[in-house]
Amino acid sequence: MVDVAIVAAKALVVVLIVLLTMGHGVFFERKVSAIIQDRIGANRASIFGVAALGIINTLVADPLKFLLKEDIVPANVDRLLHFLAPVLSVLPLLVTFAVVPFGDVLVVGGRSIDLQAAELDVGVLYVLAMVAMAVYGVVLAGWASNNRWSLLGAVRGSAQMISYEIAMGLALIAVVLTYETLDLQTIVRAQGALLWGWLPAWGVLYQPLAFVVFMTAGIAESKRIPFDLPESESELVSGYFTEYSGAKHLMFMMSDFVEVVLVAALVTTLFFGGWQVPYLLRDGFHFPGGSTVPLPSLAVTGLQVLAFVLKLHCFTLLQIVIRWTLPRFRYDQLMRLGWQGLLPLSLANVVASAFVIVFLQRPAA
Amino acid sequence: MNQLLFLVLAALTVLGALGVVLRTNPVHSALALVATLFLLSVLFVGLDAQLVAVLQIIVYAGAIVVLFLFVIMLLNLQTDVRVLGGGTLVAAALAGGLALAALLVAAVRGASPGPRGALPAGFGATVSLAHKLFTDYLLSFELTSILLLVAVVGAVALAQKKR
Repeated sequence: MVDVAIVAAKALVVVLIVLLTMGHGVFFERKVSAIIQDRIGANRASIFGVAALGIINTLVADPLKFLLKEDIVPANVDRLLHFLAPVLSVLPLLVTFAVVPFGDVLVVGGRSIDLQAAELDVGVLYVLAMVAMAVYGVVLAGWASNNRWSLLGAVRGSAQMISYEIAMGLALIAVVLTYETLDLQTIVRAQGALLWGWLPAWGVLYQPLAFVVFMTAGIAESKRIPFDLPESESELVSGYFTEYSGAKHLMFMMSDFVEVVLVAALVTTLFFGGWQVPYLLRDGFHFPGGSTVPLPSLAVTGLQVLAFVLKLHCFTLLQIVIRWTLPRFRYDQLMRLGWQGLLPLSLANVVASAFVIVFLQRPAA
Repeated sequence: MNQLLFLVLAALTVLGALGVVLRTNPVHSALALVATLFLLSVLFVGLDAQLVAVLQIIVYAGAIVVLFLFVIMLLNLQTDVRVLGGGTLVAAALAGGLALAALLVAAVRGASPGPRGALPAGFGATVSLAHKLFTDYLLSFELTSILLLVAVVGAVALAQKKR
């Protein structure tokens, strides 16, 4: 019974972290777009004259507005699939967070709880499987809507997602080769080591190329500018979710943004130390000079979760800046980048990593 | 695995498989196939075979059925295209199904469904599966990959010809 409660609590924390980051992300998006376009933005949402409180608007008022709108289901749609599509596009992405560790261990009342909602031996593969399932939402939305714009958007979207999943998977293979495990928590723990006694051994130092490929493929998976061809308002109305309104439309918009947070979480976990704070061990700080600051275990865990959330925000922000900086690709450019750019690059990276590991790191048997 | 859980999952899997065959809309059939594959992978998890479960989703649900859906969508197969075979087809399917059922019964009858013994350490883990694959089954594993390579080369050759 206690075990079930613990797992439920962990799941709740993960969902809260994701939703909070997403809400902040939408707020950042408005502010960042205003700054990049050299205009004043999102300054009418202040509450009692305090502009910072305007964030409550994006967190509460925006979703509420969508939920209260009329849900229009056009005639001649496949009703069952039209209803299922938005669910199938957001659900696989949300459950992916189950394997993302958000802290080391929490020691409470003699129990030590691993801060990862699902301790899965095959975490990396689970991520790939769930990301692959997200394609169905796009395909079904386009097909069920009985609309040519939707179908075109769905075909573009699914082709794009499948193409970039391959590069994404190969980038992950290089990471798995480096850490010799598929468990994300073990990967994060391995990143707690120090290089030459002072440099945190984060994954980006071992696999910089995999980081670039993974991040690019991840942004492509989220179907936002510069990879927003499946939606591209200027040509396809709204692509695969043209025929959606109200809460279902919100779910499609949410799934794009959940993907942004997911990419941020995975990049943080695989390449930037996850919840690791440099020099912070389980009993406090151990600085390279030899000085130590002992901390209670609860404070250490708090700092770790805070570090994870901060890193998550940083990479969400980075993706928003990219989204407002680059123009949309042409479709042939998109396919060329995926198949002729990222795929050979990630393949070469896998081969090079395997060479280094077999011939340089392992002592000759 | 809990008996009740297994029965529920097995019943759902059979329902999904029936959906694949009985739905007249090809997209619904494909989706029922996805549901069936997903439930099968849940059954694999129940058997402590997490790796097989995840691979099942990646390969079948995530890649192959998506290709099915593509073909269905792009060929614009409508509901009326599909008819549930003539008399000979139904008869052949029935005969095949019955033969398969007889085989299954014969195979299961010999097995003793006693309580499951303790699993060897690391059962179902990626490391132990990979170890088996690259020692005991190395030849068949590598031959399978050559088979897949031949299929890829063949597909490329066929696509090239049309230009």
